[in-house]
Amino acid sequence: MPLLNYLWIIPALPLLGAAVNGLAGRNFPKRWVNIIGVGSTGLSFAAALELGREFSQLSADQIPWARSYFTWIAAGTFRAAFELQIDQLTVVMLLVVTGVGWLIHIYSTGYMAHEGGYYRFFAYLNLFMFFMLILVMAANYPLLFVGWEGVGLSSYLLIGFYFLRKSAADAGKKAFIVNRIGDFGFMLAMFLIFRAFGSLDFTTVFSNAQNMHADALGELGLATIICLLLFTGAVGKSAQIPLYVWLPDAMEGPTPVSALIHAATMVTAGVYVVARSHVLFLHAPTAMLVVAVVGCATAFFAATIGLVQTDIKKVLAYSTVSQLGYMFLACGVGSFTAGLFHLMTHAFFKALLFLAAGSVIHAMGGEQDMRKMGGLRRQIPWTYWAMLMATLAIAGAPGFSGFFSKDAILMHAFESETAGQWLYLLGLVSALLTAFYMFRLMFLTFHGAPRYDQHHVHVHESPRSMLVPLVVLAVLSVAGGWVAAPAFFGGADLFAAFLGPVMGNAAHAESAVPGGNSRELTLAAIAVGVSVTGFLLAWWFYLRGKDVLERLARSFRGVYTLLVNKYYVDEIYDAVIVRPLVWFATRVLWNLVDEGAIDGSVNGVARGTQAIGERVRRVQSGNTRSYAAWVVVGAVLVIGLLLWPLLKPALGMVH
Amino acid sequence: MHLLTVITFLPTVGALALLLLRGDDHVWIRRLALTTAASEFALSLLLIPGVPVGAAGYRLEEVHAWISNPQINYHLGVDGISLFLVVLTTFLTPIAMLASWKSICVRVKEFFVMLLVLETGVIGVFLSLDLFLFFLFWEVMLLPMYFLIGIWGHEHRIYASLKFVLYTMAGSILMLVGIVWLHYLALQLDVDTFDLQVIQSLLQNGQIALRPSAEMVLFGAFFLAFAIKVPLFPLHTWLPDAHVEAPTAGSIILAGVLLKMGTYGMLRFCLPLFPDAARKFAPLIAILAIIGILYGALVAMVQPNLKKLVAYSSVSHLGFVVLGIFAFNAISIQGAVYQMLSHGISTGALFLLVGMLYDRRHTFLIREYGGLATPMPRLAAFFLFVALSSLGLPMLNGFVGEFLILLGTYQQHWLWASFAAAGVVFSAVYLLWSYQRVFFGEVTQETNRTLPDLSVREKWILLTMAAVILWMGVGSTMFTRRFEASCQNVLDRMSRAGAYSAGRTQVPETTVSHTPARLPTKRALERSGKR
Repeated sequence: MPLLNYLWIIPALPLLGAAVNGLAGRNFPKRWVNIIGVGSTGLSFAAALELGREFSQLSADQIPWARSYFTWIAAGTFRAAFELQIDQLTVVMLLVVTGVGWLIHIYSTGYMAHEGGYYRFFAYLNLFMFFMLILVMAANYPLLFVGWEGVGLSSYLLIGFYFLRKSAADAGKKAFIVNRIGDFGFMLAMFLIFRAFGSLDFTTVFSNAQNMHADALGELGLATIICLLLFTGAVGKSAQIPLYVWLPDAMEGPTPVSALIHAATMVTAGVYVVARSHVLFLHAPTAMLVVAVVGCATAFFAATIGLVQTDIKKVLAYSTVSQLGYMFLACGVGSFTAGLFHLMTHAFFKALLFLAAGSVIHAMGGEQDMRKMGGLRRQIPWTYWAMLMATLAIAGAPGFSGFFSKDAILMHAFESETAGQWLYLLGLVSALLTAFYMFRLMFLTFHGAPRYDQHHVHVHESPRSMLVPLVVLAVLSVAGGWVAAPAFFGGADLFAAFLGPVMGNAAHAESAVPGGNSRELTLAAIAVGVSVTGFLLAWWFYLRGKDVLERLARSFRGVYTLLVNKYYVDEIYDAVIVRPLVWFATRVLWNLVDEGAIDGSVNGVARGTQAIGERVRRVQSGNTRSYAAWVVVGAVLVIGLLLWPLLKPALGMVH
Repeated sequence: MHLLTVITFLPTVGALALLLLRGDDHVWIRRLALTTAASEFALSLLLIPGVPVGAAGYRLEEVHAWISNPQINYHLGVDGISLFLVVLTTFLTPIAMLASWKSICVRVKEFFVMLLVLETGVIGVFLSLDLFLFFLFWEVMLLPMYFLIGIWGHEHRIYASLKFVLYTMAGSILMLVGIVWLHYLALQLDVDTFDLQVIQSLLQNGQIALRPSAEMVLFGAFFLAFAIKVPLFPLHTWLPDAHVEAPTAGSIILAGVLLKMGTYGMLRFCLPLFPDAARKFAPLIAILAIIGILYGALVAMVQPNLKKLVAYSSVSHLGFVVLGIFAFNAISIQGAVYQMLSHGISTGALFLLVGMLYDRRHTFLIREYGGLATPMPRLAAFFLFVALSSLGLPMLNGFVGEFLILLGTYQQHWLWASFAAAGVVFSAVYLLWSYQRVFFGEVTQETNRTLPDLSVREKWILLTMAAVILWMGVGSTMFTRRFEASCQNVLDRMSRAGAYSAGRTQVPETTVSHTPARLPTKRALERSGKR
């Protein structure tokens, strides 16, 4: 089994690609950049496939299969190795990341063909692949953190790819900084884990955690705090309330970047970390509840904003935030495999949605406003059909991938006892909203009458390099769910079975659903009904009669304004955090404390010394008589001092 | 072989040789200075095999009687902690020279002489094992720095250089009192010595029995001198002025090495000599360090002056080091030493880059820049790389130290580490924000449109720095394993001293067995016998 002994090859390939293109690519012809950029990722995907094959032949006790390369940091009892590991969870993530990543690389060769900084783009994209692969292959938290921060860096670079635009540079910076707030929690989680278990290696931590009492310390015990801190990191990276604000802005990046980083892979890293740490989370019911509530609330909240967005990418961005919320909802109610399943299907259909949106934007010559589109389905049929498949998948049309995964999540939310039926109901409403905003997007973009200037915009179908990835992803979006089709669909949950060894009890608990098939079927039917309602509403609003919508917007002006302005969250953060902080740092810390108090007193001492010197200097007048007088005064003082012991009793007698 | 002496004084010899050259022969002055500094760097690498992995004590020691009354020795030695600080110094000096290759055109000879004398002073501080000798080098190093700022500095150079010297002197006078006091205490036992190791063992085995109040005063005397140098909040206000006014080379050495003399002193003197006082003051110092971390970062964030921004970021980064030292944890202390080294590289590189911008536009004001990534993509790329290292991106050098400091501190005082970790967020804010304003967007000023990108010389300097940044980020154990034992040793001395202080009333059985059989002690004892 050769490749299993060379795990490093998988991340090293894109790293090499990034290095070659980044350092020397400026002088390369585009063709070379393509070969290096796409080729390295493609090879990485091939290697991942081969690795999956070899992995399937390992016996259970050989898993996780780990290879340590060198000690990265060591101090005292702490040791972090550059150690990669493979288990079922990693294999799934590896295939998703390299597979979808490769498709998006191919797509980018078409999409970015006419952009400046072509080599730079591919270097960053490869760099992202490297860090993402480190993230999913790491065998300890610090190395995972390397990937975690690294993907953040790549995201920063790619969002700000068009750095001449201020909005792009702002968005990149915002993404990095907001993520850092989450990382702050992640770091504290690592410190606490080390304090509790004396190690940050997954195997040690999880085997120790398994023996922990379910939060022996009560409601807010050790595991709870660790998990809440880890979740803080996940909230940042996976754009959940209250740190989701960077993701919509991140749409400033080129569309393939939005597809790869801000939909399919990087933003799901938070879900991955939670799933990876499920042993800890299962010991922390309070933390699980928080995860579920935050996830569910985000799913709903982001979906409502998505309802009224007019920028095609912004709709998808809020949709991503919402879908990530679903994944956390699944994890929070204890169904980590359902969360991971949705992660996978979401990677397919959301990557497809973004790539198709990119194809639309490409066709429209850069236009992203859906109000200036309409009726495009005839001109760009391939894009239309691919996007329709993805829309059906995300909306939960029976048999499509998103149907299975979302259904599983809703079902587990229904079954869970964490927060009654509220989570389920809110999840269901979000599903309705999802179907609505997705079909709204489809209708506005592809149906109805064209609303663009047909004389100036020459709509054209995208080149084959862009269409092939669309088709492949469309197939996956349609069929990808069957690996975990529920029993009433005649399927078997292969996905959960595969992940079983890693997810352990968590997976087993899920497979045994009380109530059996009939309840599952009922829940599925309800979900489908809800989605169809969403579709019909969108159809009624946007295709049938426009005045319905306008009347609605008029009568609910307040709500509408609130939604269009995204609940003013950015404005609130700016007014409550950013501005006061800058004011405080400038006026109070710098001007008042630093320049005023500290430096003021330092300079004050200097001035005081100077002033005293100025006075004392006068004594040295150059006047002989005054010197003589001083000599006399001095002599009297000295003599007086010497005679003091004799004088004292004499003076005492006077009294 | 007197390797340490050679390393300490080779720069001075080079400086003397420079004096023989004609003042207007700029080419050869620069060449000779650089050759000296480069060979000094090569020589200092020989130290590395001299300090074996896992060895805690001083190596390559040299002891010579120097002044007989009072007994002052020329005593040099290197251990894991000072090893890389010396190498950092010898590495940054040639870099600083190359950085001023073109920008220094007046009094060229004097400039390089000052840089070389400064190097001797700094290395002497790191290698001295005699308190008096240490103090001597500590003061010697002030003068060249004073001239570097005062002669080759910018507009307000006189104010800044005076402030620098007076601030530092205020602290070092206290330290001198402390040193003389320690000598006096030893003399009470008829041991006439300034030797660090001897005094240390006298303190440790309780022969010099300090009352807690006396220990606290002594600790304070040393600590203040070091805290000013670091600089610890609120003693930091000399730093921004000194940096803004200093020439690039001065800033590189100042931030890269001089500040570390403060943290080095804490580690070398404050902790092992006065462990109980250190423990008593630790909470206060840690709070000041944490304030420094957050305060430095926040004030850096709003600086309109790029160089001042980097200066305040030093306050923040050095706060981490002080915190790591005063958490008294094996991990955090190693992190602190690592952070000293990596801050030297990152901040040195930042000052280099800021200097390169200044060479082109003669301003540090951020608003004068904007959109520079277009005319100079290479400089922009290097700047980003260095900024990322400074904000602690994993796999670059800054992360290792910060992570270890916080991890170690957390094990002792989780609340300290939690507050300090917030600095991680702010460092991203000030670095990325300023980076955006300088490099991103459209070119805002017409003059900036035609600025030249990196020259060959600049490119190679930066490539070297970038390579070290990456290397220190990935291969940190190559460094840490050499100072791990020495760091542990600091802690051991502290804990053993604690044990001794419990039984200080007992009269130690023998004096000789506790003090290392070393030249000064023996002689001192003989003399006491003669009496």
